Amino acid sequence: MKPIYKRLIFFAILLGIWELGGQIGLWAEIILPPPTKVFTSLYVGITDMTLVYDLIASFRRLIIGLVIALVIGTSIGVLIAKSKTADDTIGSMLLAFQSVPSIVWLPLAIMWFGLNEQAVIFVVILGGTFVMAINVRTGIKNVSPLYIKAAQTMGSSGIDLFIRVIFPASIPHLVTGSRLAWAFAWRALIAGELLTTGPGLGYTLSYASDFGNMSLVIGVMIIIGVIGAFVDQLIFQRIEKSVARRWGL
Amino acid sequence: MFISINQLNKHFLDKNQHASIVLKDIDLQIEKGEFVSILGPSGCGKSTLLSIVAGLTEATGGEILVDGKEVKKPGKDRGMVFQEAALFPWINVLENVMFPLKKEMSKKQANEQAKTYLKMVQLTNYLDHYPHELSGGMQQRVAIARALAMDPEILLMDEPFGALDEQTRTRLHRQLEDIWIETKKTVLFVTHSISESIKLSDRIIVMGTQPGTVLTDIKIDLPRPRDHHKEEMLKIEDHIMSYLKKEIDKVVSEELNHETNL
Ligand SMILES: Nc1ncnc2c1ncn2[C@@H]1O[C@H](COP(=O)(O)OP(=O)(O)O)[C@@H](O)[C@H]1O
Ligand SMILES: [Mg+2]
Repeated sequence: MKPIYKRLIFFAILLGIWELGGQIGLWAEIILPPPTKVFTSLYVGITDMTLVYDLIASFRRLIIGLVIALVIGTSIGVLIAKSKTADDTIGSMLLAFQSVPSIVWLPLAIMWFGLNEQAVIFVVILGGTFVMAINVRTGIKNVSPLYIKAAQTMGSSGIDLFIRVIFPASIPHLVTGSRLAWAFAWRALIAGELLTTGPGLGYTLSYASDFGNMSLVIGVMIIIGVIGAFVDQLIFQRIEKSVARRWGL
Repeated sequence: MFISINQLNKHFLDKNQHASIVLKDIDLQIEKGEFVSILGPSGCGKSTLLSIVAGLTEATGGEILVDGKEVKKPGKDRGMVFQEAALFPWINVLENVMFPLKKEMSKKQANEQAKTYLKMVQLTNYLDHYPHELSGGMQQRVAIARALAMDPEILLMDEPFGALDEQTRTRLHRQLEDIWIETKKTVLFVTHSISESIKLSDRIIVMGTQPGTVLTDIKIDLPRPRDHHKEEMLKIEDHIMSYLKKEIDKVVSEELNHETNL
């Protein structure tokens, strides 16, 4: 059987148990509303556009934050790959930062920027920057010496060598870095939105929770999960695979 | 002399700053247009020597002159082909061959020149293929076209066919011979295959190992193509083998010693 069929059957069974369990009274509806209710609230949210506005607002922050994170991360990565001093100093700090979830910066960010969108974007940027920098550094450090030697015998050196050989040769790591940066940024975004003001998916999640609207809570959770999986598998993993194939990895 | 290698020495320092001598007092004079093979057991320093001529590695003593000028760094007068094709996987065949031409030519000129050399290695049907879509032999032909495209005086080849199967290698020998006759390049060809060196070269420099030295310098006067001179080739092979036998024994006994010492 194809994996897609297995997956469909698995989710159908899961939904069946979820629906039936509520109906035969295994748990109260306020604890876990049935899927029919969840999808109804999703349907309402989408038709009255509230969830659509949430999505647009969240994606706007995510894209602004992620783009800034990728640019800064790439710059730092190049710097620490090329300068030993920068690697010994900034490089060690990066590893420390990377081991802390970026949401811990939110209280500081709220002090600096206020309880608003900028604070969330700041946390998103921190979420993506470090992992990107670390991957760019690894990519540049691991460029095959053979490529560099070959390019040198063809008269390339310095900046030309970097732009035409070292940078493109490290693209597989750049793609991996971007994928991880997206994943960290996405998590940071939702966490940040939970604690700040709307509109936004995270904000709607906490708002619905405050009002005991559990079917909307679960609906938003599903949206967050589906988008996360969708972007990761259908966009990043595909790019990663085709790059790996062409780069002969 | 076109290439003049004088009293060349090279040692590497290990972790304890202890010098291991790889090349000792190499003297070698090569004329313009000559096809010279450097033959020796593996580890004797052939690649190191070629890499110094290419300007990729620094010598620790002596000098190399090309056309009277000392070699200090890589230059477009010396094209190099490695054992692995070292093509850039992110650009297609045509763009790989255009790589060395980007700076001094217009795009159109570079394009035409690259195509000329891809025609020479009979790959005009693969211009827009990516390296991973080609066989090992085809990749190596692209690498040869790429080295030739910048029209270097000297072609340095480090066991370029070492990783290929026998039939492909034979085909590429013929192609390389044709290219050499057509372009009149000076070729320095590193190999550890005696028959390959006899088939292709005007001269064979036989190297000994530990440290790398020139054992002998043999002129091959057989007319080309040499497939019709099997007997003479075998005779030369025996002659070279007598030199190399001692060297190979040396390597083997060294390795055995090393093993028993473990
Ligand atoms: N960068 C290096 N550092 C230390 N030792 C090296 C280095 N490059 C080569 N060698 C040593 O020099 C010797 C000759 O190597 P090489 O020139 O590759 O030999 P060949 O091409 O004839 O097989 C070997 O013993 C090798 O271990
Ligand atoms: Mg070698």
